[in-house]
Amino acid sequence: MASSIRVRAISGGESTEVQALIQHPMDSGFVKDAKGEIIPPHFIQQLTFEYDGRNVFIADWGPAVSKDPYVKFRFKGGKKGDDLKISWVDNKGETDTTTTKIQ
Amino acid sequence: MDSADHGLAATRRRVLLQGTAIVALIGFGDLLPSGQALAAANDTYPEDAFRQKSDADAVKSLYGRTAEPSDKIDLDAPEIAENGAVVPISVSAALDDVTSISILVQGNPNALAASYKIPAGTMPSVANRLKMQQTSNVIAIVEAGGKLYSATKEVKVTVGGCGG
Repeated sequence: MASSIRVRAISGGESTEVQALIQHPMDSGFVKDAKGEIIPPHFIQQLTFEYDGRNVFIADWGPAVSKDPYVKFRFKGGKKGDDLKISWVDNKGETDTTTTKIQ
Repeated sequence: MDSADHGLAATRRRVLLQGTAIVALIGFGDLLPSGQALAAANDTYPEDAFRQKSDADAVKSLYGRTAEPSDKIDLDAPEIAENGAVVPISVSAALDDVTSISILVQGNPNALAASYKIPAGTMPSVANRLKMQQTSNVIAIVEAGGKLYSATKEVKVTVGGCGG
Protein backbone atom coordinates (compact mmCIF):
# COMPACT_ATOMS: atom_id res chain seq x y z
CA MET A 1 0.00 0.00 0.00
CA ALA A 2 1.26 3.40 -0.86
CA SER A 3 2.16 5.51 2.14
CA SER A 4 -0.22 8.29 3.20
CA ILE A 5 2.83 10.38 4.06
CA ARG A 6 4.78 12.45 1.59
CA VAL A 7 7.77 14.12 3.16
CA ARG A 8 10.76 16.09 2.02
CA ALA A 9 13.65 16.83 4.35
CA ILE A 10 16.43 18.99 2.99
CA SER A 11 19.66 19.61 4.87
CA GLY A 12 20.99 23.12 4.54
CA GLY A 13 24.22 22.36 6.39
CA GLU A 14 23.43 23.69 9.87
CA SER A 15 19.77 22.76 9.87
CA THR A 16 17.23 20.59 8.09
CA GLU A 17 13.93 21.85 6.68
CA VAL A 18 11.09 19.35 6.75
CA GLN A 19 7.85 19.56 4.80
CA ALA A 20 5.20 16.88 5.13
CA LEU A 21 1.93 16.31 3.34
CA ILE A 22 -0.38 13.58 4.57
CA GLN A 23 -3.42 12.09 2.89
CA HIS A 24 -6.20 12.10 5.47
CA PRO A 25 -9.86 13.23 5.40
CA MET A 26 -9.54 15.21 8.70
CA ASP A 27 -13.33 15.03 9.13
CA SER A 28 -14.32 17.48 11.84
CA GLY A 29 -17.62 15.89 12.88
CA PHE A 30 -19.44 19.17 12.09
CA VAL A 31 -20.04 18.55 8.38
CA LYS A 32 -23.09 16.78 6.90
CA ASP A 33 -22.98 14.53 3.86
CA ALA A 34 -25.32 14.77 0.82
CA LYS A 35 -28.09 12.94 2.74
CA GLY A 36 -27.89 15.45 5.60
CA GLU A 37 -26.22 13.02 7.97
CA ILE A 38 -23.28 14.08 10.11
CA ILE A 39 -19.95 12.69 8.94
CA PRO A 40 -18.35 11.37 12.15
CA PRO A 41 -15.07 12.92 13.25
CA HIS A 42 -11.97 11.27 11.80
CA PHE A 43 -8.76 13.19 12.18
CA ILE A 44 -5.06 12.76 12.94
CA GLN A 45 -4.31 13.48 16.60
CA GLN A 46 -0.57 13.20 16.75
CA LEU A 47 2.20 13.37 14.21
CA THR A 48 5.81 12.80 15.26
CA PHE A 49 9.14 13.25 13.52
CA GLU A 50 12.06 11.25 14.87
CA TYR A 51 15.71 11.79 14.02
CA ASP A 52 18.68 10.02 15.55
CA GLY A 53 16.57 8.32 18.22
CA ARG A 54 14.77 11.43 19.49
CA ASN A 55 11.68 13.39 18.59
CA VAL A 56 12.53 16.61 16.76
CA PHE A 57 8.90 17.73 16.33
CA ILE A 58 5.51 16.67 17.69
CA ALA A 59 2.26 17.95 16.24
CA ASP A 60 -0.94 17.57 18.28
CA TRP A 61 -3.87 18.17 15.99
CA GLY A 62 -7.58 18.70 16.41
CA PRO A 63 -10.26 18.43 13.71
CA ALA A 64 -9.65 22.05 12.62
CA VAL A 65 -6.52 21.08 10.71
CA SER A 66 -7.31 21.09 6.97
CA LYS A 67 -7.92 17.94 4.93
CA ASP A 68 -4.70 16.39 3.63
CA PRO A 69 -2.67 18.26 6.25
CA TYR A 70 0.57 20.06 5.54
CA VAL A 71 3.23 21.07 8.02
CA LYS A 72 6.66 22.66 7.78
CA PHE A 73 9.36 23.06 10.42
CA ARG A 74 13.15 23.14 10.77
CA PHE A 75 15.59 21.56 13.20
CA LYS A 76 19.30 22.04 13.91
CA GLY A 77 21.55 19.32 12.57
CA GLY A 78 20.43 16.48 10.33
CA LYS A 79 22.90 15.01 7.87
CA LYS A 80 22.33 14.15 4.21
CA GLY A 81 21.51 10.45 3.85
CA ASP A 82 20.34 10.08 7.46
CA ASP A 83 16.91 8.67 8.25
CA LEU A 84 13.95 10.75 9.42
CA LYS A 85 11.01 8.71 10.71
CA ILE A 86 7.48 10.10 10.50
CA SER A 87 4.44 8.55 12.21
CA TRP A 88 0.85 9.55 12.79
CA VAL A 89 -2.07 8.19 14.79
CA ASP A 90 -5.69 9.29 14.38
CA ASN A 91 -8.75 9.33 16.66
CA LYS A 92 -9.81 5.88 15.37
CA GLY A 93 -6.45 4.41 16.29
CA GLU A 94 -5.31 4.08 12.69
CA THR A 95 -1.63 4.77 12.12
CA ASP A 96 0.95 5.10 9.40
CA THR A 97 4.73 5.38 9.47
CA THR A 98 7.36 6.10 6.89
CA THR A 99 11.08 6.72 6.87
CA THR A 100 12.73 9.14 4.51
CA LYS A 101 16.34 10.01 3.78
CA ILE A 102 17.43 13.57 4.41
CA GLN A 103 18.45 15.14 1.08
CA MET B 1 5.10 -5.80 36.46
CA ASP B 2 5.39 -5.21 32.77
CA SER B 3 4.11 -1.65 33.00
CA ALA B 4 6.46 -0.94 35.90
CA ASP B 5 9.31 -2.05 33.68
CA HIS B 6 8.08 0.25 30.95
CA GLY B 7 7.79 3.11 33.40
CA LEU B 8 11.34 2.56 34.49
CA ALA B 9 12.54 2.38 30.90
CA ALA B 10 10.66 5.59 30.11
CA THR B 11 12.24 7.36 33.08
CA ARG B 12 15.65 6.17 32.01
CA ARG B 13 14.98 7.37 28.47
CA ARG B 14 13.85 10.74 29.79
CA VAL B 15 16.97 11.07 31.90
CA LEU B 16 19.03 10.16 28.85
CA LEU B 17 17.15 12.70 26.75
CA GLN B 18 17.73 15.34 29.37
CA GLY B 19 21.42 14.49 29.43
CA THR B 20 21.59 14.79 25.66
CA ALA B 21 19.75 18.10 25.75
CA ILE B 22 22.10 19.50 28.37
CA VAL B 23 25.17 18.39 26.40
CA ALA B 24 23.67 19.94 23.26
CA LEU B 25 22.94 23.17 25.11
CA ILE B 26 26.43 23.46 26.49
CA GLY B 27 27.52 23.01 22.89
CA PHE B 28 25.42 26.00 21.86
CA GLY B 29 26.61 28.02 24.83
CA ASP B 30 23.04 28.25 26.05
CA LEU B 31 21.34 27.33 29.32
CA LEU B 32 17.89 25.98 30.07
CA PRO B 33 16.11 24.94 33.25
CA SER B 34 15.90 21.15 33.19
CA GLY B 35 12.09 21.25 33.47
CA GLN B 36 11.87 22.29 29.86
CA ALA B 37 13.76 19.28 28.60
CA LEU B 38 11.20 17.23 30.53
CA ALA B 39 8.31 19.14 28.97
CA ALA B 40 9.72 18.47 25.51
CA ALA B 41 9.91 14.76 26.24
CA ASN B 42 6.27 14.64 27.31
CA ASP B 43 4.27 13.58 24.26
CA THR B 44 0.76 12.89 25.56
CA TYR B 45 -2.11 14.15 23.40
CA PRO B 46 -3.90 17.08 25.14
CA GLU B 47 -7.42 15.68 24.67
CA ASP B 48 -9.03 18.01 27.22
CA ALA B 49 -7.60 21.18 25.64
CA PHE B 50 -8.99 20.22 22.22
CA ARG B 51 -12.46 19.73 23.76
CA GLN B 52 -12.66 23.27 25.20
CA LYS B 53 -14.89 25.72 23.35
CA SER B 54 -13.23 29.05 24.14
CA ASP B 55 -9.63 29.99 23.43
CA ALA B 56 -9.13 31.05 27.08
CA ASP B 57 -10.25 27.66 28.43
CA ALA B 58 -8.13 25.79 25.86
CA VAL B 59 -5.02 27.77 26.82
CA LYS B 60 -5.73 27.22 30.51
CA SER B 61 -6.14 23.47 29.96
CA LEU B 62 -3.00 23.27 27.85
CA TYR B 63 -0.63 25.47 29.85
CA GLY B 64 -2.37 26.18 33.18
CA ARG B 65 -1.91 29.94 32.85
CA THR B 66 -2.68 32.94 30.65
CA ALA B 67 -0.49 34.48 27.96
CA GLU B 68 0.73 38.05 27.61
CA PRO B 69 0.82 39.74 24.18
CA SER B 70 4.27 39.87 22.58
CA ASP B 71 5.60 41.63 19.49
CA LYS B 72 8.30 38.96 19.21
CA ILE B 73 5.81 36.55 17.65
CA ASP B 74 5.30 36.68 13.91
CA LEU B 75 1.82 35.37 13.10
CA ASP B 76 1.42 35.14 9.35
CA ALA B 77 -2.15 34.64 8.14
CA PRO B 78 -4.09 36.08 5.19
CA GLU B 79 -6.20 39.25 5.70
CA ILE B 80 -8.98 37.57 3.75
CA ALA B 81 -9.35 33.82 3.33
CA GLU B 82 -11.53 33.01 0.34
CA ASN B 83 -11.75 29.37 1.37
CA GLY B 84 -12.16 28.76 5.09
CA ALA B 85 -11.40 25.06 4.60
CA VAL B 86 -7.75 25.80 3.83
CA VAL B 87 -6.23 28.83 5.54
CA PRO B 88 -2.42 28.91 5.46
CA ILE B 89 -1.10 30.06 8.83
CA SER B 90 2.48 30.20 10.04
CA VAL B 91 3.97 31.23 13.36
CA SER B 92 7.55 32.01 14.27
CA ALA B 93 8.99 33.52 17.41
CA ALA B 94 12.10 35.63 18.05
CA LEU B 95 12.25 34.23 21.59
CA ASP B 96 14.76 31.98 23.34
CA ASP B 97 13.99 28.54 24.76
CA VAL B 98 10.70 28.03 22.92
CA THR B 99 9.12 24.72 23.98
CA SER B 100 5.68 24.90 22.41
CA ILE B 101 3.64 26.75 19.77
CA SER B 102 -0.15 26.52 19.63
CA ILE B 103 -2.65 28.00 17.20
CA LEU B 104 -6.24 28.78 18.14
CA VAL B 105 -9.17 29.98 16.04
CA GLN B 106 -11.60 31.97 18.18
CA GLY B 107 -14.60 31.47 15.90
CA ASN B 108 -14.38 27.68 15.58
CA PRO B 109 -16.59 25.32 17.62
CA ASN B 110 -13.46 24.26 19.54
CA ALA B 111 -10.86 27.00 19.59
CA LEU B 112 -7.65 24.95 19.72
CA ALA B 113 -6.61 23.89 16.22
CA ALA B 114 -3.04 22.67 16.59
CA SER B 115 -0.36 22.49 19.24
CA TYR B 116 3.29 21.83 18.43
CA LYS B 117 5.98 20.67 20.81
CA ILE B 118 9.34 22.20 20.03
CA PRO B 119 12.17 20.11 21.52
CA ALA B 120 15.56 21.74 22.15
CA GLY B 121 17.36 22.12 18.80
CA THR B 122 14.19 22.65 16.77
CA MET B 123 13.53 26.17 15.43
CA PRO B 124 10.57 28.09 16.92
CA SER B 125 8.75 28.24 13.60
CA VAL B 126 5.90 26.26 12.07
CA ALA B 127 3.66 26.50 9.01
CA ASN B 128 0.37 24.65 8.55
CA ARG B 129 -3.13 24.91 7.06
CA LEU B 130 -6.24 25.23 9.20
CA LYS B 131 -10.03 25.33 8.82
CA MET B 132 -11.97 28.44 9.83
CA GLN B 133 -15.74 28.40 10.21
CA GLN B 134 -16.14 32.17 10.10
CA THR B 135 -14.35 35.50 10.29
CA SER B 136 -12.52 35.62 13.62
CA ASN B 137 -9.29 36.13 15.46
CA VAL B 138 -6.47 33.66 15.06
CA ILE B 139 -4.30 33.43 18.17
CA ALA B 140 -0.75 32.13 18.33
CA ILE B 141 0.52 31.05 21.74
CA VAL B 142 4.23 30.58 22.29
CA GLU B 143 5.69 29.00 25.41
CA ALA B 144 9.25 30.20 25.96
CA GLY B 145 11.47 30.02 29.02
CA GLY B 146 8.50 28.86 31.10
CA LYS B 147 6.43 31.95 30.15
CA LEU B 148 3.48 32.25 27.81
CA TYR B 149 3.21 34.82 24.99
CA SER B 150 0.52 35.50 22.43
CA ALA B 151 -0.13 37.23 19.11
CA THR B 152 -3.52 37.81 17.53
CA LYS B 153 -4.65 38.53 13.99
CA GLU B 154 -8.11 38.77 12.47
CA VAL B 155 -8.79 36.73 9.35
CA LYS B 156 -11.89 37.49 7.28
CA VAL B 157 -13.45 34.34 5.88
CA THR B 158 -15.56 34.54 2.73
CA VAL B 159 -16.68 30.89 2.64
CA GLY B 160 -16.61 28.97 5.94
CA GLY B 161 -14.74 25.70 6.23
CA CYS B 162 -16.55 23.87 8.99
CA GLY B 163 -20.28 23.93 8.29
CA GLY B 164 -22.13 21.84 5.72
